[in-house]
Amino acid sequence: MTSDTATTPVSVPRTGFPSIPWIELFKHAVLMVGALIVIAPFLVMVSTSFKSQNEIESQSGGFFGSQEQFVDHFCAANNPAEECVATPVIFNYSTAFTRVPLLRFLLNGVIVTVSIFVCQVIIALPCAYALSKLRWWGKNVVFGLVLFCLLIPIHAIAVPLYLLITKLGLLNTYASLIIPSTISVFGIFLMRQFFMTVPDDLIDAARMDGISEFGIVWRVMAPTAFPALLAFGIFSVVAHWNDYFWPRMVVTGNEMIYTPPLGMRVYQADLEGITYGPMMATATVIVIPLVIAFLLAQRRFIEGITLSGMK
Amino acid sequence: MTSLNISNVSKSFGSARVLEDISLTINDGEFISLVGPSGCGKSTLLRIIAGLESQDAGTIALGERAIDGVRPSRRNLAMVFQSYALYPHLTVAQNIGVPLTMRQLSHWERLPVVGRFLPGAAAKRRIIRAAVEEAARSLDIGHLLDRKPGQLSGGQRQRVAVGRALVRQPEAFLLDEPLSNLDAKLRVHMRTEIAELHRTLGATFIYVTHDQAEAMTMSDRIAVMMHGRLLQVAPPHEVYSDPTNIAVAEFIGSPKINTFPAEVAGDGTAIVMGAALGRVQNGYRGAATIGVRPESLRIGQPPGRLAGTLRHVENLGNEYFLHVEVDGLPSRVVARVGHDHAPFSLGAPVGLDWPAGRAHVFDQAGGQIGRVNGAVSPFVGVVNG
Repeated sequence: MTSDTATTPVSVPRTGFPSIPWIELFKHAVLMVGALIVIAPFLVMVSTSFKSQNEIESQSGGFFGSQEQFVDHFCAANNPAEECVATPVIFNYSTAFTRVPLLRFLLNGVIVTVSIFVCQVIIALPCAYALSKLRWWGKNVVFGLVLFCLLIPIHAIAVPLYLLITKLGLLNTYASLIIPSTISVFGIFLMRQFFMTVPDDLIDAARMDGISEFGIVWRVMAPTAFPALLAFGIFSVVAHWNDYFWPRMVVTGNEMIYTPPLGMRVYQADLEGITYGPMMATATVIVIPLVIAFLLAQRRFIEGITLSGMK
Repeated sequence: MTSLNISNVSKSFGSARVLEDISLTINDGEFISLVGPSGCGKSTLLRIIAGLESQDAGTIALGERAIDGVRPSRRNLAMVFQSYALYPHLTVAQNIGVPLTMRQLSHWERLPVVGRFLPGAAAKRRIIRAAVEEAARSLDIGHLLDRKPGQLSGGQRQRVAVGRALVRQPEAFLLDEPLSNLDAKLRVHMRTEIAELHRTLGATFIYVTHDQAEAMTMSDRIAVMMHGRLLQVAPPHEVYSDPTNIAVAEFIGSPKINTFPAEVAGDGTAIVMGAALGRVQNGYRGAATIGVRPESLRIGQPPGRLAGTLRHVENLGNEYFLHVEVDGLPSRVVARVGHDHAPFSLGAPVGLDWPAGRAHVFDQAGGQIGRVNGAVSPFVGVVNG
């Protein structure tokens, strides 16, 4: 070893020209293209929510629109024209909140997603603990079943589930939105994988200290697994906040328990044709809480996905 | 305080027998080391004592009270783990205090926010806090109480782990290779500290290690384990100077004891590769193994008791390890000589010799059958051929 050190090439930039890191440039180029593809629809959504109907249809006005005042024809049919003059961005966003009870929908979204997440955690953590750290007969078979359940898409079991909910008389209730999602096999799997990395000594120490098995799950494993829990939280909340398929099936009439995506339905077709501005404003409002939550949790979220919590 | 009685404990994992009929009595206040190569079952035995593992057969008793089936936390034993096993989300003070909060506070009093306002909880917490500070002070970690384990060095984490054991004032301390994650220098330092801690507390220490040096330096008694069996339980000097088994002799001591294939002839003369070495007093006859500690070996002019060639010299500053190749022996013989020894030349023929009574004789099964009496004086009367 020692004799090698003198001859080992050291990557010092040679005289004058620092070499161009082509591979790094290439990686970044690919990532930038990918990022553009992902972000483009969002940009279109935000841009559209700023513009008037004319600008949207003629594709003019730049990103923010010219914000020229216009007369709302729907309003002007019953009111004096001067009362119906509006600025596009204000018009779009105020329509988003007045046309449908959007705040109520957002509240419903919070109630449903938080309830689902809490239930999922209450079930997934003990399951994951039993699957990773306890010795019992049939453990591997049960874990195999968990993996198998990961393969089942919701659409395959939607009809039987729907029938079950109907027979229980739960259609158009919060329960119908929450109950089918309370057990997350993905959550069990993710937490189990994380718990596998927690040293056994820690659990034995907790047992010596007099912490019960349930106590170990909540007082030792859960705080240790916080990054993974956060990652799972984001997955779960995003999936159920944005879910359109299942709420569309079980919420048929009662508008008061609409989740945010269902609120978009009123814009699909109505008397005036499709009013893109308010529609995109609604979409933007629905997405913003998720974006803020993600930005706040970003660092921990990535830690959780890479499962690097302990070491 | 009481003694700990282990009687006839056996344990298997599937078809692998990990412990076979272990019986051992550990006296009150004793420092005993369970030592052996990895996989010998020493950690399993410790975990059975702790209650983290259950034995297939046999009984563990504290004094007269059998503690089989008693939950680990109710046995009043404290354990220090190799990986320290500190709770990463709790501060040092909270970590040390966990055994006390779990035992002294009720379920409701432990609740995060509500618990603080229950009557009596604040007083109990103050008592716990005082006990934690006391333990931390005795371990020199008083200034670290508000840090998280992630911010501590290995040695500091080690102390926190010891503190967590200390604070509950257990009947006995169980230590599972507590020093093996530390660097060599710190390990030697902590060795002294743990031995001193044992002296101050006067409590029973059961110390598991694979490092024979740790076992030798700290223990009152050493229990050498191999393949799930207890081979010898004795004070360190006795294990070293009078090993009951060749496996014990080879495991304890560094460099390793030198072994020579031998034959005990009909008249009791021990013969190594044709050289008669002396008489074995015992009635044993037949094939045997002779073991000689490196420091008992002397290197002189050939032929000596055994002739060989000097192949390698390790200079340790205050002493030399001489590696001598002897024809017909599969491994080299190592001799340990003082720094004032005459100069060596590699490749030179040398004679090996040892004082009377310093050679151990083991039978074919490995048990010690006695010493070779040095009827043949050094460098004289060596029978060749």
